[in-house]
Amino acid sequence: MSLIAAHDLSKTYLKGETRVEALKGLNFGVEPASFVSFVGPSGSGKTTLLNLIGCLDKPTSGILRVDDTDVSTLNTRMAAAFRGRKIGFIFQDFNLIPVLTVYENVGYPLVLVQNTPSSERKQRILALLDAVGMAELRDKYPDQISGGQKQRVAVARALVTKPKLVLADEPTANLDHKTAYMVINIMKKMKNELGTTFIFSTHDQKIVGEAEIVYTLEDGELDGR
Amino acid sequence: MRYKRRTLLTVSLVTVGVVSVLVFISVSGSFKNMMIGQITDSFLGHIQIHKKGYVASIDSLPLTLNLGPNALQKIEKAIKQTPDIEAYAKRIKFGGMFSNFVETTNVRLNGVYPEDEAGTVPLLLSRVREGERTIRTGEILVPELLAKGMKVKVGDTVVVIATNRDGSVNGKQFRVGGILESATGPGGRDGYIHIDDAAEILRMDTIQISEIAIRLKNFDKLQEVFDRLKGELSKELNKQGKPAFEVHTWEKLSPFYNIARMIDVMTFFVKLMLIAIVLISIMNVMVMAVYERVREIGTIAAIGTLPGKIVAMFLIEGFSLGLFGAVVGDILGIAVISVLNVAKVSFNFGRQKGLLLSPGINPQDILLISIIVITISVLASLQPAYKASRMNPIDALRHV
Repeated sequence: MSLIAAHDLSKTYLKGETRVEALKGLNFGVEPASFVSFVGPSGSGKTTLLNLIGCLDKPTSGILRVDDTDVSTLNTRMAAAFRGRKIGFIFQDFNLIPVLTVYENVGYPLVLVQNTPSSERKQRILALLDAVGMAELRDKYPDQISGGQKQRVAVARALVTKPKLVLADEPTANLDHKTAYMVINIMKKMKNELGTTFIFSTHDQKIVGEAEIVYTLEDGELDGR
Repeated sequence: MRYKRRTLLTVSLVTVGVVSVLVFISVSGSFKNMMIGQITDSFLGHIQIHKKGYVASIDSLPLTLNLGPNALQKIEKAIKQTPDIEAYAKRIKFGGMFSNFVETTNVRLNGVYPEDEAGTVPLLLSRVREGERTIRTGEILVPELLAKGMKVKVGDTVVVIATNRDGSVNGKQFRVGGILESATGPGGRDGYIHIDDAAEILRMDTIQISEIAIRLKNFDKLQEVFDRLKGELSKELNKQGKPAFEVHTWEKLSPFYNIARMIDVMTFFVKLMLIAIVLISIMNVMVMAVYERVREIGTIAAIGTLPGKIVAMFLIEGFSLGLFGAVVGDILGIAVISVLNVAKVSFNFGRQKGLLLSPGINPQDILLISIIVITISVLASLQPAYKASRMNPIDALRHV
């Protein structure tokens, strides 16, 4: 059974008085424990698609099932709870909280979203920091570490709640090539170790080669796999 | 809490507000209680009982509205049946002429039983500036302004002339036993003689009392005792079928009550100002906190934090600011009040000089102020917190 199944998925929104068709009748599936990339130029609909899969937005038409749930039927509160249980996020700008240490940044989803007991919390955070190679820098603040290190922390944060799916929107856009490869490889390693599905968007053709499955988006339409 | 300077400034503002209110409440409360104590303990008593209609014409001190032996017996019975009454004093009040054999002027006099009077208004004899602190037969305590105007001293002989209820005039010589300091309020400039002397001047065969002043064991039970006495005495009816007696608390007899009420109103408005200070400062800091953390709010919303939890986060922040400001304000307020007590600040009120201010604050007031501050802090955080929880994560994540 697919982890994600999209049937005739469309998203239209208004930009001023102009109607923009961001996604046009997409059909695709993503299997569990896969490493998938959506590629395409800016404005092709990558971010819109990731927002729909991440329950941050709702499709205009069509069906989108994530882990056997029709996400278009979820209200705001249900969508938040669904994300907290099933989905992790990695952002282009890292979005770490500047006043929290690396350790605290990884741990706060467990406090805010899952109410995990402190002993288990500590165990999970340290294991993930070790896995992404950030254990030694756990007491540093975001402004004391490099961009690549920040994104590794963000990977650990996305995985700490044990999600089935991690969505990463242009996770390497703000990194140099070497660091970008390193981050993608860490994501790949975590996918292999934990069996988590990773979906990332990028317009960097060199990074795309690291994905197991690549979907190409062009003007809101899937151009091939 | 991440912007330490702004947090410190907000907490300081709340703290200053709390300290100001606590000091104002303690100083104004101290002033109010002291003045009430001065008035009731110097001459008024806590409660007074008269024949119906006496208070309405109290300026003319009518002898026709005095209480006869039967009425007196009924009132004394009611007083003795009422718990929480420490003492009571019977008085004959009358107006007369005061002469030093050279000049003559008007005088208001109280004929009293010295021991009962001292038990009911314990500060009366402490007002005796010159002479002995007692009221003997044949002696008069002269109010200081009268003594000064008539140039009489302790030991001088004076004459008091008065008209009795039948209209005949009588006089009696007195030795000036003491000069009495003025007190604030009506009755604060009256002279005092022994009740037997008053009965003699007024040619009373049996003593007829103008008023009965009552002192309570516990001033806080004023209303309770008043209600009980009033209830008991309202059963006694006059020939017109109306209550024969009237009972008043000090509040109805002294104009200072209006000042006391004004102090209460001022205290209320000072509390309102505190609420405004807390509301504006906390709301300002919380609105800024939300505005500066839009991306952060977007991130925590995206990872699955429920809207209610986002509201709670900001409410806890507002609560913490209020709690910290209230606790620090309480500590500093108590410290300032203690310093005022140690410094022994004195003030003058009317002709009363050197009254010592002894500000105090009770735990209920501290608790009330703290609860107000914390509640307003949480309320001030509600709108920013709600706004944060309603943010669309996509828009918030795009925010620059």
